[in-house]
Parts: sequence; C-alpha cells; structure tokens
Amino acid sequence: MQHEIIIAGFGGQGVLSMGKILAYSGLMEGKEVSWFPSYGPEQRGGTANVTVILSDDRISSPVLNEYDIAIVLNQPSLEKFEKTVKAGGVLIYDGYGITQKPTRKDIRIFEIDAMNIATQEGNAKAFNMIVLGGMLKITPMVKIESVMAGLKKSLPERHHKLLPMNEKAILRGMELIREVQ
Amino acid sequence: MAEEIKLMKGNEAIAHAAIRYGADGYFGYPITPQSEIMETLMDEKPWETTGMIVLQAESEVAAINMVYGGAACGKRVMTSSSSPGISLKQEGISYMAGAELPGLIVNIMRGGPGLGTIQPSQADYFQTVKGGGHGDYRLITLAPASVQEMADHVALGFDLSFKYNNPAMILADGVIGQMMEKVVLPEQRPRKTEEEIRREQPWATLGRPESRGRNVITSLELDSSIMEHNNIRFQEKYKKIEENEVLYEEIECDDIDYLIVAFGSAARISQKAIQLAKEEGIKVGLFRPITLWPYPSKILNTYKDKVKGILSVELNAGQMVEDVKLAVECKVLVEHFGRLGGIVPTPQEVLNALKEKLIR
Repeated sequence: MQHEIIIAGFGGQGVLSMGKILAYSGLMEGKEVSWFPSYGPEQRGGTANVTVILSDDRISSPVLNEYDIAIVLNQPSLEKFEKTVKAGGVLIYDGYGITQKPTRKDIRIFEIDAMNIATQEGNAKAFNMIVLGGMLKITPMVKIESVMAGLKKSLPERHHKLLPMNEKAILRGMELIREVQ
Repeated sequence: MAEEIKLMKGNEAIAHAAIRYGADGYFGYPITPQSEIMETLMDEKPWETTGMIVLQAESEVAAINMVYGGAACGKRVMTSSSSPGISLKQEGISYMAGAELPGLIVNIMRGGPGLGTIQPSQADYFQTVKGGGHGDYRLITLAPASVQEMADHVALGFDLSFKYNNPAMILADGVIGQMMEKVVLPEQRPRKTEEEIRREQPWATLGRPESRGRNVITSLELDSSIMEHNNIRFQEKYKKIEENEVLYEEIECDDIDYLIVAFGSAARISQKAIQLAKEEGIKVGLFRPITLWPYPSKILNTYKDKVKGILSVELNAGQMVEDVKLAVECKVLVEHFGRLGGIVPTPQEVLNALKEKLIR
C-alpha cells in the first residue's frame, strides 16, 4: 500500500510542517516515507508545496506527476494540483482561500473550513493540524497515536506543552471535514 | 542495541555522518540548496564533543584552501557547496590533486550556468568527472541516490580519498539534499590521534622529528622531467582506482529489451518510470552508476548485446550520455532525456521519452 500526497498553500500556513508531521507519523508505524519540499524562494505569502509518500515498500521516486490526495489551501495551488489527482482520488480544500471551486467530476472532493474555525477559536497556529485531522478522517493512513508520537519526536521539547492543543485540532478537523462531491 | 532509524534531509545526514566518521574539520560558505549541512553542524556543536572544527569561511575559495591546509596535516577535512560555489573551488581541487592530498568535497548541484537557479540539476557532471580544474587529474566521484547513501558516502568518500591520497566528491543535487527519508546513521568513530596520523600519513606536515627530512606538500614542480614523472605516477594511481573502486546498482535488469542509465535523483525518478513501463508491458531495467568516476564502463559494455536501446536520463542537456556511448562503443542505440535549468522531470515524462526515443 502506498499513499501519495501533495500539500500546497501559502508559505507560512504550515504546509511543510504538516507534511513533516505526516512523514514522522509514518515513521512511527515503521512505514517507508519520503518528504520532498518545494524549496527556495518561497516565503511567507508565497506558495509552497510538499510531496509526502507513505509506503509499505521501498519508495522509488520522491517526485511524482499524480497523487492519491491533494490538499490545496489557496487558489493557485488548486489550479496547479486539481489536475494532478488520480481518477478516483481525493481533493481537499479550505474554502477560505478558494474563489473558484474545483470542477473535476472523476475525483472525491472535500471542503474543510479550517482557517475560519482556527481563527474563531483562537487557535490559528493549529490550522494545519485541523487540515491534517480532516485528511485522516477520510483516509486513515496513520493512527492518531502515531501522529502524536510523530509530533513529539519532531517538536523540540520546549514546545511539548503544545501537544494537547494539536491533538484537539486534529480531532476538530475530523469533525469539520465534509464531502462536497 | 538496535540502531535508531531517523528521519532527516540528505544535507542533514551528511553533517551527522561527518561528525560520526570522526572528521576533523568542516569549512564552508552558505549557498542554497545545501546550507543545512553547515547549519546542522553548527547546531550539533561537534567541537564540544568530538573536537571537530566547524568554520564558516569568508568565501568558497577560502574554504577549499582551508581544506588543503588541513589535509596537508593529514586531517580528515571537508567542504560543501552548490554549483556556483563549486566552480570557485576548482583551483583548490586541482591543487589538491596535484599535491596528492585527500579530502571530501560535497556538491549539492543546482541549475546553471552562472548563478543560475537554486532548483535541482545534474549539470555539473562534466565539470566533476572530466576535469573542472586544470591539469590531468581525476576526482573520485560518488553519486548518492538516497538519504541513506548521503550518510554512507561520507565515510566511503573519506576512506577512498585517504586510500589513494586524492580528493573525492559527493555529487548530489537539490532533490537528494532537500528530501527527508529514513536513515540509520553510522556508529560514532573516534577522530584519529596525532600519533595515528603520523603513522598512517607519514607525508603529513605535522612538524619534523629528528628521524626524517622535511615533508613538503606542493603541486609545483618546475623541472618538467620530474613533473612528467609525477603525472605518470598520478595516471598509474587513477588506473588502479578504475580497476578497483567501481560501484553501481542494477535494478530489474534481467530479461530486458531496454535500459535506462541514470544516477542520483534521476535514478530515483527513473525507477518509478520503469515500474510504470512494466505495467504497460515494456521490459526495461535501470542501471545506476554509484561512482561516476571511476565510471562503470566495463559492466555497462555488456549491455550492448543484451538490449535494443539505452536511455540516459539526466537533469541536464546530455552529459553522462557521452560516457554511456563510450561504454557501449556506440554499438547499440543510445539516447538522452533531460530537463534543464532546475526543472525535475516526472516519472511519466521519463516513460514518454523512453517510448518516443527508443521504441518509436
């Protein structure tokens, strides 16, 4: 079994770290993982994306042309990656950053109101964890315990006090995600 | 104790592996996409544990000359940079080859020419394996294709460079440097003591004891008859390296009609491409040179009778393809596919190229 995922959005939205936490979660379950970021001139406000692969077997290419799941958190990312979702695959978007909705008919489409809810609930920094929670509801590729163990492993100890807040955000994301098509 | 599996970037793996190898020093100057090497070393503060020195030099040129100086003292020293910075180091690399000094240079390639782009590329193949600096010298060149190999090639590169008193290079690119994968780091080794260096590198300039004359490290020899003699000695050494140190990997190469040859990140992408090809019933294997110099020409030569065509997949305009053609003596169709300027091809593009260029 192999999960091929692209996560894309504005720099500063936590796209890369969301991918990193997912990769660490896979590591906790003994899976093969690869994490390949778009790196370089991206900055806060620019666009960023990361390809994450979780697999039971050795991973060949860290670079892909199509994905099982695309998580798009702004309009440019939707335009770039909607067409790269495999037929029957999953597209997840946050309506906050989207002005023109996806149009594909051969994929499953989900919306998650993560940015608004994160801001309303005074938890804007856990925005990416809400989105991650939403994705795990639809495709439970790793257990929540593994995500928490992965978070603990990837966060410096001084940030471990934030772990409960992140867990809450994941669970909130599982409630919030809804199927559009 | 079971070795711990870690998740890290290729660049980070190089830094950790250098500390654990027992390296004596790292000298560098930041440049994307390899800055994490020095950042990780600075975070790890090995000067407080193993005693390894980490120094941000004032320039790439200064850094390679610090490597020259450290190596002249028999120390395990290294530098890293990316393409434009590696161009600046070429003079120092040629001097190291001429003075027969060991040392490790890491190039995490980006697109050129000039300052180019910061995105991944393999366009420094010619520079690395055909010269780069001036003079008849060769650079031992390792091409890791995974984060694990990034870690492993640090020890391999140092070991080979000290075995032959010749500089060695790890030639990777932005994909392998920036991606995170699982890695098992090597055990911590102690740094060599001065006594060990005096014994194992008797040429090292560590101060002259009464028992011998002065050790002189130089690439300069104004008497051409001696300089020719030196060059002949270098060539004999290079021949020995070519005979003994070739490394490569053959992936699904039994009973095939076509062969892809690729190194580093291009090999990873091509590995997925051969999976896609097999789903379409195309019988294709992947040959991955691990040493780019010495090049695995002899084994590649055997494919001239086994396949109908070979595709050299590179992140450049066609460089290694020349060595592939030489290896098979142009007796089988050899084509090239590459993307340029920092664009990384997808597995599907590689498959399409295979079909267009070889199968037609």
